[in-house]
Amino acid sequence: MTESPTIVSVHDLSKRFILHKDKSVKERIVNFGRARQHRDDFWALRDINLEIPVGSTLGLVGHNGSGKSTLLKTIGGIIQPTTGSVRRRGRLAALLELGAGFHPDLTGRDNVYLNAAILGLTRKETDRYFDAIVDFSGIESFIDTQVKFYSSGMYVRLAFSVAVHVDPDLLLVDEVLAVGDEPFQRKCMAKIAEFQSEGRTIVLVSHSADQVGSLCDRVVVLHQGEITHDGDPAEGIRILREGYEADRKLLDKAHTVSRASIPPYEIVSVDATTNEDADSAAITLDYVIDINDPQDEWGIGLTIENSLGLHIYSMTSFGLHSNLPNTVGRHSVRIVLPNVRLGAGSYLVNTGLGNQAGVNFDERPGAANFEIVGGGYGYGLVRISPDIFAN
Amino acid sequence: MSASPADLRAQRIATEPLHTVGQQTRFLRGGTKSVRDIWDHRELLGLLVRRELKARYKDSSLGIVWSLVRPLAQLLIYYFAIGQILGAAREIPSFALFVFVGLTVWGLFTEIVANGSTAIVTNSGLVKKVYLPREIFPLSAVGGALFNFCVQLVILIAATVIIGEIPWHVDLLYAPLAIAVLVVFSTAIALLLSALNVYLRDIQHLVEVALIVLFWASPIVYSYSFVHDALAGSWLEELYLLNPVTLAVLGMQKAFWIAGSAQGTESNWPADLDIRLVVALLVSLVLVWLAQRVFSRLQGNFAQEL
Repeated sequence: MTESPTIVSVHDLSKRFILHKDKSVKERIVNFGRARQHRDDFWALRDINLEIPVGSTLGLVGHNGSGKSTLLKTIGGIIQPTTGSVRRRGRLAALLELGAGFHPDLTGRDNVYLNAAILGLTRKETDRYFDAIVDFSGIESFIDTQVKFYSSGMYVRLAFSVAVHVDPDLLLVDEVLAVGDEPFQRKCMAKIAEFQSEGRTIVLVSHSADQVGSLCDRVVVLHQGEITHDGDPAEGIRILREGYEADRKLLDKAHTVSRASIPPYEIVSVDATTNEDADSAAITLDYVIDINDPQDEWGIGLTIENSLGLHIYSMTSFGLHSNLPNTVGRHSVRIVLPNVRLGAGSYLVNTGLGNQAGVNFDERPGAANFEIVGGGYGYGLVRISPDIFAN
Repeated sequence: MSASPADLRAQRIATEPLHTVGQQTRFLRGGTKSVRDIWDHRELLGLLVRRELKARYKDSSLGIVWSLVRPLAQLLIYYFAIGQILGAAREIPSFALFVFVGLTVWGLFTEIVANGSTAIVTNSGLVKKVYLPREIFPLSAVGGALFNFCVQLVILIAATVIIGEIPWHVDLLYAPLAIAVLVVFSTAIALLLSALNVYLRDIQHLVEVALIVLFWASPIVYSYSFVHDALAGSWLEELYLLNPVTLAVLGMQKAFWIAGSAQGTESNWPADLDIRLVVALLVSLVLVWLAQRVFSRLQGNFAQEL
């Protein structure tokens, strides 16, 4: 296979926002000489370089305010860059907000034509796709009703089905994939998969690690307007998580200053070991826990997720009637998960200590990880050893 | 071996040239690209105009008739208050028709400027979320205003037939010229103000006030001969005639107000009205170009200012 041609090329892109603190004429005149003091500017994006080849699905992730939506809008041409340039080719459809341009007083039919035209379809093409659009949205009986009478679910469904029928080469998506009820969401995801197989390029902004992990073949992590990672999705999600974690700790520190005490229960370390046989694996988690200030009760909670952030299992010790130690000092606790039939891959354990009332004593996201080498037949999240019988 | 749709797509895209996103901001050039961009979206422009008209009169039982009520009410007020009570009708033959011609032209100008200057702000939902050549929003206001104007024009022509003053003469050629001047000039203003209004919302209130004042700066409820008598060819009269809206009103009156020509006195129109109109059209075209260039300069920051 030959090298895929580039569909979007972002070169040294920077974007500066200027925030004026004074909006009224009076304030502007009064502060005329000191205008500079009365405005703030910050760089939403700094020196971004990005080449997106045809047919790839790129996930843009980052914290709130990291510049990912700004980058998406700049690629879409909605925001002009301060310096640098964006070049692209092919037909673009931007799904930054579902139903942008829907007019509440018009019927669903009128709005389909209008919205399709906004997304770049000609009238003839819309005529051709119209039945498919209505069919996909599943609101045939309401198509000649004014959209102001639609439920919010119907509204986004119609908007989404217009958007996926415009035959784009490049689709920009901002946080809008999770719309409608579950069957409709499944339909959306199937449509996205179809888009991928048809070689369309998708650039996706999402907060859901799950979604990014399952859809994207490349992840770009933005932090304060700069690219901190570009490439492997699993690695990207890990970096993003670490970033969240660092932020949380910073916030925690700010809190603990006022609390100024050591937590009653504290995780010193967690180790995960696996013991695999042909059929399943046993996972052993060895905790070392410091008890500084015994409370009425405490317990251990943990979740397991795969490298793409997909949540696989969670538990707490409260239902197990275990007799955890509750005296001051260092204790070791072992949790064994027997007969785990997970597919091959690397997994992450998040764990924490708390009580049943919901008070957290300590939290360790990504406290340990383990690898499952494999066995079983086929690929997937679970390990299955199928048999075939024929008569 | 047949290529998969994905490969075909990749091959097709590979042949397309990469183009820079966004409008060119160089001041003098780039105008043609903008025009081409707008032309590519002409279908959408039509839909937006229709959306405006449909949405405006949806759910009202009289619908489009309402677009006529306002000018007719104005006509009645001016006819009685200025024509009969203040006595302007004595000097101006077919006063009702005269006023209606002026009001039709003025209504077009007001609608384009008032709706056009708020067009970007009212469509902020679209401006922030989708890339379109933003000029189409003020232009769709122009389209909607033109539609209302056409309805009124039909009424106007019907009225001339009913009162037996059918304007079937050479001077009717002034009408398209006058309309062209008015549309081009007001489009320039709408483009410029719609962009400025994003940064300074005071513009839209200023426009309201300015339109009230400017109404009296054109010979709509009084005839040009009053102005001519009062200013008597001084530089003030020339200043008065520099207003393209005034010229458009005069042109339309020359086309549709037959009684004015029959009156015999030439003072109902200034000399060389045709040349003045042509010059005004050329100047307005330059203004549209300038306004569009300013617009494209300012539009880069629309999405973040709204």
